[in-house]
This record gives sequence, structure tokens and C-alpha cells, in this order.
Amino acid sequence: MAINCVVCIKQVPDTKRITGEAMKEDGTVNRAALPAIFNPEDMNALEAALEVRDRCGGTVSVVTMGPPAACEALREALFRGADRAVLVSDRRAAASDTLATSYILSCAVRKLEGDLVFCGRQAIDGDTAQVGPQLAEKLGLPLVTYVEELMDVADGSIRVRRNVGNGWEVVECSLPALLTVMETANTPRPQAARRIMKYKKARAPMEVAKAAAEALPDAGDDEKAAEADKRLAALAERGLTIDQWSLDDIEADLGWCGRDGSPTKVHRIQSVVLAGGEYHEYPPTDEGVAELIGALIEDHTIG
Amino acid sequence: MIDVNREGEVWVFAEQEDGKLGDVPLELLGKARELAGTLSVAVGAVLLGDGVADLGGELIAHGADKVYLVQDPLLGHYQATSYCHVLCELIGQYRPQVCLYGATPLGRDLAPTVASRMKCGLTADCTDLQIGDHEIPSSGEVHRNLMFQIRPAFGGNIIATIVNFDRWPQMATVREGVMPLTDADPSRTGEVVECGVELGGLTLPLKVLDSHRRPKRVNLKAARIIVAGGAGVGSRENFKLVWDLAGCLGAAVGGSRAAVDLGFVEHDHQVGQTGTTVRPALYIACGISGAVQHRAGMEESAKILAINTDPAAPIFSVAHYGIVGDLNDVIPKLIKAVRHGASVAEAAG
Repeated sequence: MAINCVVCIKQVPDTKRITGEAMKEDGTVNRAALPAIFNPEDMNALEAALEVRDRCGGTVSVVTMGPPAACEALREALFRGADRAVLVSDRRAAASDTLATSYILSCAVRKLEGDLVFCGRQAIDGDTAQVGPQLAEKLGLPLVTYVEELMDVADGSIRVRRNVGNGWEVVECSLPALLTVMETANTPRPQAARRIMKYKKARAPMEVAKAAAEALPDAGDDEKAAEADKRLAALAERGLTIDQWSLDDIEADLGWCGRDGSPTKVHRIQSVVLAGGEYHEYPPTDEGVAELIGALIEDHTIG
Repeated sequence: MIDVNREGEVWVFAEQEDGKLGDVPLELLGKARELAGTLSVAVGAVLLGDGVADLGGELIAHGADKVYLVQDPLLGHYQATSYCHVLCELIGQYRPQVCLYGATPLGRDLAPTVASRMKCGLTADCTDLQIGDHEIPSSGEVHRNLMFQIRPAFGGNIIATIVNFDRWPQMATVREGVMPLTDADPSRTGEVVECGVELGGLTLPLKVLDSHRRPKRVNLKAARIIVAGGAGVGSRENFKLVWDLAGCLGAAVGGSRAAVDLGFVEHDHQVGQTGTTVRPALYIACGISGAVQHRAGMEESAKILAINTDPAAPIFSVAHYGIVGDLNDVIPKLIKAVRHGASVAEAAG
């Protein structure tokens, strides 16, 4: 029996290379200014979905909420084996916190009609691990978090091992369900050369429109739009379309999206200031070390 | 969500497993007392389970004024469906203004589920909670006495203060050890409120077939001295230096997240925002650069000694003592000096 999987992915700033300059004054991130990567645990989530397809057949669709640049991540998912990629993009989704994000994703995921929804445990920018569980609640799906192993995928049910912090649990639940996947769950398969060759040309309509406008800088809007349509039709013929949905396409209630739909707001952002206190440096010599130990013994820090 | 309720209590979800409370709810009760004191409201502990009524006393001794107790066989083992249902019923009925959860695997499963059902705000992994006022920049509208939810973000390069002024309760999760564990005060009094929440119609979608709990191998929170190694130690074999120094000091062994990820030492030894938060009398950081998430886990140590070849390593900014040098050279010297100091002390008698 085929199982259709939906994987929610996110393109995130590489948080190992961020400075305070990346923040805008209102406390939200200026994502355009940062190098972006595929969120690591979403890669594990995608791999888990691909494993389910290996075992049971079915399709793997990936969906992301983000600006057009997020198509890079969608293409990467296609390179690794996803069957379908969907971009949910809309300016009115900006500044969404986890509640608004999970609401928007729930509208999109509902349209994709999956039997199994996979999310990475958490994203390396927000680090909240909240979207997966909140998405499950909105979709009314059983939630299994911290999945480390897919043990059995049988007719209409799934058995997984999850990490509970100080140990593990084997849990069974019926489908449809939502799983959040940890980095320890699997080793993502590499990009397949043939798939790269094919899908490197996959594009979302917004990307095509931008390229068409750049190709005809002196043309009028109608001519640019016609060129874009022509290119899109050619892509569609070869199965290279990345679907693109606005908040209207997914019938989202705008009151639950973006800043208006976000109960949590940023009050203040502070750069981390490394505060110095009393500090004594000792040379790395026998004498220096002995002096340090002497001081620690004298004030009874060391018994 | 509930409307803003200035009389609302400050609640702590009292996570228990097999009839035992973890440290986190007790730590959170201390913080809850502080917040509730500023807000002039009471502290409530929410205790769910089956046959757990005797835990009420411990919760009251650690700061709860009320213990909201819900017992049912369906609550015997945690599941998001049943626990979320009960919490939402209680929140709807009693309208607390704040709900705190431990950022444990259970808490991180439960809190977002409740927040989604209640359509209220939730901030994860807070490193501090304060009461303050928030002004909306565009309108100048001021919201008073909100819970400031403070946490590092974006790789730890910034500290964000988050507020939720209209979609209550204000909810937050906090990791173990972030709030200090205060002693129990058995003279404290409080009330256990037995709440009947209807669970009959609920089907639990998850079946737990097997489980295994491993007792923690090391109690970092109780250690007086900790010797911790980072990526700079270089290998699991070389971590022996850290173990040896710890051995001669009677210290516990810690590791940075990098050291754990690289396999130098087990996860039980991890110090930092995603490991354990510690406050020993002495913390010796060997080959640890001192990223914010690590500092968050040890910067309240009474004394910090940092050993690193890089004089610009951030760890030196929180250290009281520093040695800029190679730990492969410095640790043996430290061991020698400690042993010498011990023998001198013995001789002096």
C-alpha cells in the first residue's frame, strides 16, 4: 500500500555565521543579507520520507514557507529524491511566529493530502521545535516527536523509536500522523547526479517572471508577462514546475498570518556583550600554574 | 486564548514520571514565586497523572500556593492528546496569566500543542523571565506588567526579549538548571484542588510498546568542581587529560556540545544551553572556545578557569583565571601542581 508523505522544510540563515547586523530594527531578521542553508534536521525528515517511499511506494512532496530564495532548498529536495515541491510565498506571511507559521503550513499541507507528515525536530534559527507539534495540532494529527528510527511502516500504521531524553520509547500510531525527526535518525542520501541534471532547471513562477523581466529589460509589462508564460509552459511540459501558492491559494485567514497572527512579539534585541569581571592571566609555565593552584588552594576553592 | 486577566495566577506544569517529580518543576516554582510576587497573584502547580496525589506536598513546599490535581488512568502515561485536553480545560476554567513548562522532551511536546490549541503565545528555552512594560512602537500603546521571555537567538549572537500582550496565557518553556533549585520549605502551606476533567470520550492515538530509561551517569548539577573539555581537546583518547585532572581534584567531567558531538565524551556530560546548566565552585574549561550557548550553561560558576591557545576566545571574557596555552602542556602541569599542593598541605598537617 502506497504511503504519500509530505515534508515541511525550511531554508535558514547559517547561524554559525551571523552578526547583529543581520537584524532589522524591529527585531525581525533581515534574511536577504545572510547565507542560507537547508535546515539540517529537515534533511533528516526528508530522508525519513524517502525511506518510507523506498519501503512502501507513494510520493514525497516537500513544502516550504518562505521568500522566492527558498526555492534553492526545494531544488535540493528534488535533487535528493522528492517528487513534488511547493513554495508558499506571500509578503503577508512575513514576521510570522511559530503559531502563524504552523497555521499557514497547515493550510498548505491540507491541500497536499499526505498520509504521513514529516518535520525536522527544530530549525537552527528559531531553535523552538514548536512548528512541528503546532502543525500536528492544527491538522488534528497524532504527534510523535524526537523520532530516531522508523521501525515498521505497515498498513495504516507506523511504529517508531523516539528519544525521550533519558532513554527511548517504541511508539505505534495509526496514519495519518505527524513525526518530527532528529538528526540522529538517519544519514541523508546524497544528491543524485541525474536528478541534479534534470531539476536544476526547476523553477517557481516568481523566479520565471523575474528572469523573463531581466531578459527583456526594455520591454513592456505585457511582453514580459507573455515571455514568462512561455517559459513556464515549457517547464511544465518537462515536469519542472515548482508550485507556488499565495495565502489566498491556500485559503488562509489573513488574521492568523504574519505579524497579526503572531501572539509573540519582539520587545527588544540586544547584542551579546561579553562582560569582563575580575580576570587574572597566568603564564603556561610550571611557575605560573603553581601560582594559580596556590591561589585556588588558599581561598579554599580547591580542597 | 483567554483575555488578559490581571488576577490570573502564575502556573507551573508539574512534570512527573512514574510518580516522581523532576527537578525542573521545582526550579520553575521558585521563579514563579518571584514573578507572582511582583504581580501580586498566587502560584499554581498543575499536576496530572494517576496515583500522584502525594506529590502535592513537595510542590507546595517549593512554592505552590495551589496544586491543581487531575488524576485519571488515561493520564498515567504522558500523551499529547490527553494532557493537552486537560490543560486547556483547566486554563479555560481558571484563566492563569502565565504557564511555565520545563523544556524537557515532554515539555517540548506538550507546550506547543497547548499553545496551538489555545492560540496563545509560547516562547521556548527561556534563559530568564522578568516582569516589565512594553510599548507598541507604532501606536505608543503601553502594556504593563507583561512577562518578558528572554532567550538567546540566531546562533547565540543576540539576546531576544519576547512579549505576548494579548493572546494569553503567556507561556514559556525553560530548560533544567536554568533557574536555581531552592530548598523545600516544609512550613509552607497551600491547597490541593482536585479537579474533575472529563476524559471519557478521548481515544489516545499513541500506543507505547516498549520503553527504556537510563539513569543519568553523572550528576553535574551537584558537582563542586567540574573539569570540562571542548573541541580543542582533539580526540576521545586525549580526553583522558580531562578525566585525569578531574580525578585529582575530585571533580566531575563535563564537555562542550562540540566535544559531545565529536564523540569525545557522552551526552550526560554536556554543559550548556542544550545540556546541563551548572553553578559549581570551580569550572575549568579546557580547549573550549566559549560560544554563548556554552557560556549560558556555566557562566554563573563561582570561579572559572579557562585554558585555550586562542587569547581571543570568548571563554576568557567570563573567566576569572586564564592560561593562554596548549592544554596538552598545561593540564599535566596543573595535575602536578595540584598533587604537589596536596602533599604540601598534608605535610603541613
